[in-house]
Amino acid sequence: MKISLLIVVTLVMCSPTTAQVDSTLFKRTQQDTSKLLLNMDAVYNRPFLSVSKLPVAVGGYVEANWQHLGTDGVSEGHQFQMKRLTLFIASTISRRIKFLSELEFEDGTKEINIEFASIDFEFHPLLNFRGGIVMNPIGAFNQNHDGPKWEFIDRPISATQLLPATWSNVGFGLYGKLYKNNWVYAYETYLTNGFDDQIISNSENKTFLPASKLNQDRFEESFNGVPLLTAKVAIRNKKFGEVGLSYMGGVYNKFLEDGLVLDEKRRHRTWAIDFNTILPSGTYMTTEWTVTRVDVPSTYIQQYGNKQWGGFFDVVQPVLRKNIFGFERSVLNAVCRFEYVDWNAGDFIETGDNIREDIVSVVPGISWRPNAQTVIRLNYRYNWQTDLLGNPPSKTSGFQFGFSSYF
Amino acid sequence: MNRKTIFAGLIILVVACEEFQPKAPQAFELLDGPVSGLTEAENLQFLRGDVAFNDEVFTAANGLGPLFVATSCGSCHPGDGKGHPFTTLTRFGQIDESGNQYLNLGGPQLQHRAVPGFTPEDIPPNATFSRFTPPANTGLGFIDAASDTEILTWIDPDDTDGDGISGVPNWINLKEYVKERPNSVPQNGRYIGRFGKKAATYDLLQQTATAYNQDIGITSSFESVDTHSGLVLDPEVSNQTINDVVFYLKTLKAPEPRSESNSILEGKQLFNTIGCSKCHRPEMKTGNSPIAAIDNKVFYPYSDLLLHDMGPALDDGYTEGSAKSYEWRTPPLWGLGLSKNSQGGQYFLMHDGRARSIDEAILLHGGEANQIRNNYQVLTADEKTKLIQFLESL
Repeated sequence: MKISLLIVVTLVMCSPTTAQVDSTLFKRTQQDTSKLLLNMDAVYNRPFLSVSKLPVAVGGYVEANWQHLGTDGVSEGHQFQMKRLTLFIASTISRRIKFLSELEFEDGTKEINIEFASIDFEFHPLLNFRGGIVMNPIGAFNQNHDGPKWEFIDRPISATQLLPATWSNVGFGLYGKLYKNNWVYAYETYLTNGFDDQIISNSENKTFLPASKLNQDRFEESFNGVPLLTAKVAIRNKKFGEVGLSYMGGVYNKFLEDGLVLDEKRRHRTWAIDFNTILPSGTYMTTEWTVTRVDVPSTYIQQYGNKQWGGFFDVVQPVLRKNIFGFERSVLNAVCRFEYVDWNAGDFIETGDNIREDIVSVVPGISWRPNAQTVIRLNYRYNWQTDLLGNPPSKTSGFQFGFSSYF
Repeated sequence: MNRKTIFAGLIILVVACEEFQPKAPQAFELLDGPVSGLTEAENLQFLRGDVAFNDEVFTAANGLGPLFVATSCGSCHPGDGKGHPFTTLTRFGQIDESGNQYLNLGGPQLQHRAVPGFTPEDIPPNATFSRFTPPANTGLGFIDAASDTEILTWIDPDDTDGDGISGVPNWINLKEYVKERPNSVPQNGRYIGRFGKKAATYDLLQQTATAYNQDIGITSSFESVDTHSGLVLDPEVSNQTINDVVFYLKTLKAPEPRSESNSILEGKQLFNTIGCSKCHRPEMKTGNSPIAAIDNKVFYPYSDLLLHDMGPALDDGYTEGSAKSYEWRTPPLWGLGLSKNSQGGQYFLMHDGRARSIDEAILLHGGEANQIRNNYQVLTADEKTKLIQFLESL
């Protein structure tokens, strides 16, 4: 909270100053355009603006949209949403010590989060130390979630309903990369504060890792004193694309308080696999699938499942590259996302029948990129969501239109 | 693609977007929704009750348990329909009208689930028990508003008409917070119960406050004793919320019959001729109600709200109020055909869900219903099909 206040105050103080600066002095930092960038590089691979020779660069993105969705004939009508305003501040403290922060305002000011605020020390390309508020490297989306990089208005359901994207915590860790010919190998591992017992005790009435984001104290103290381990290895080839394998696990309950035993340690473990590639046809494909196991007490209620899984598969096909409305080299894409999430994979004790609590979603659409930093998107979403018991699914569908742009 | 085409497309999109959305099911395909004719103020209260009933989830942080059966009202009554074995209740400890002998051992209801760190209950050794599948909520306000006088016209404890049917009310004592209905007809200080498998609950306030307490472990000013500690606790749900939920239940619409094809009409005829309608009485009328939408209205529950001897096969050795352990309240049949939509695409019928089809449920009828079950058994396959089609159309 203090850090966010500091950043806000700094920005406010800087604003009148920058107003007097000749805008021609702003320059965009160069982005890495090699084909060996990984999802883990996303935090630094953003367009930043720097002023003259100041060591600080700033940036951010904004996304807003309109949607009209209906569920089984009931609609809330036209909705205009300010999804996110995100500000980045980066600083090169010395050649091998860097600072980066990301402050996000979600749904107006409903959620204000420091999603990233860390200092990186490079000892060797294979050995970097990162500390502060870090994004836990589980899956790819959590690391690489900037709106302007995606052709879909909504974040993937699995990334926000199984994984708690964007999930970041206070902690420390190491990362490194090794380049060899057309290959790059990378790893990341962190120990951070973790989840709490809200993951099996929440208003969603199901096992729900994102519920722990409601714990405002997690940037100040660990819920149970046991660190959350997050680790990822990734490999990328210039031709074949990138594969990542990641793990996140820890203890979510308070098992000890003032030396008194309250419960046994209850663990959760999440594994994720992600892949992205560009086919020779220019088709971009990205996918991420995740499995979570949670040690739910057998005397609790099966509404809170001990296993859940799901993921998404995106296909983006550029169909037009031309001058549109005066935007030279703009790109029009045809896109489609398939999503599946099962919040409760298991069988009822009482009947032996499958516990459902799942959703299938298909999101076709088009996106137009007047430039690389800006995307205008039109999506049509169709969801089939089935309740715990497997009753007829509720159907939701409708159009979404909006933009997302770095600035 | 020129600019005009794009702008025209966007305008069409905004204007016609609802055409691309799922259509609402027909009213007769749903059990939830308000009775028609509510005032605007009543609609608001209905919506508040709807949110409390279907959306409010209890956790340890807002009072769940520590011992419980379910975490929300809607968990047991999905879509306001019948429940699933997942949330079936177990009641134990009473074998006759002398009362429950196990109140100090967790009776009358088993809370077989617990928040982490607590140990749920077990059924005490030697205690008899019965399992109760959660019923549909639909049309409860009409049943609540039915008059004692009409119910009493159907009683025949000594079977004076010789038809084998001898319905009796469950005469119960009122909880201190329950107010008797105007024009109630008590007997020896006891009143006619009309809710629950044994008709041991007087009205929807008692039903709601008891369910919060026994099913979810939530205390209220009406039911203030914690099921785990046995201590009086501060209310964990407000009177306003309970009253809103009661209003919601009172003003849920009655199920709407879904078809009147010839075969269904023939099935209806068979239903009457073989004697089902002697207990599953098609028509009732509400008495006076402060809610105009259910005031003096004819409704079609297919029940007499009385207790009947259902035979030894359905005698679990457990009972409530003044009912015998083999007596069960005639369950309303309205909405029967929509049960699958809330029971996961399957039937779990009779009091404990043991019948997996309507045919099986009919064949489980015994006691006073012996002759009627026999009448059913001698129907042709085609006649049975028509009868079941009729029942599923309710």
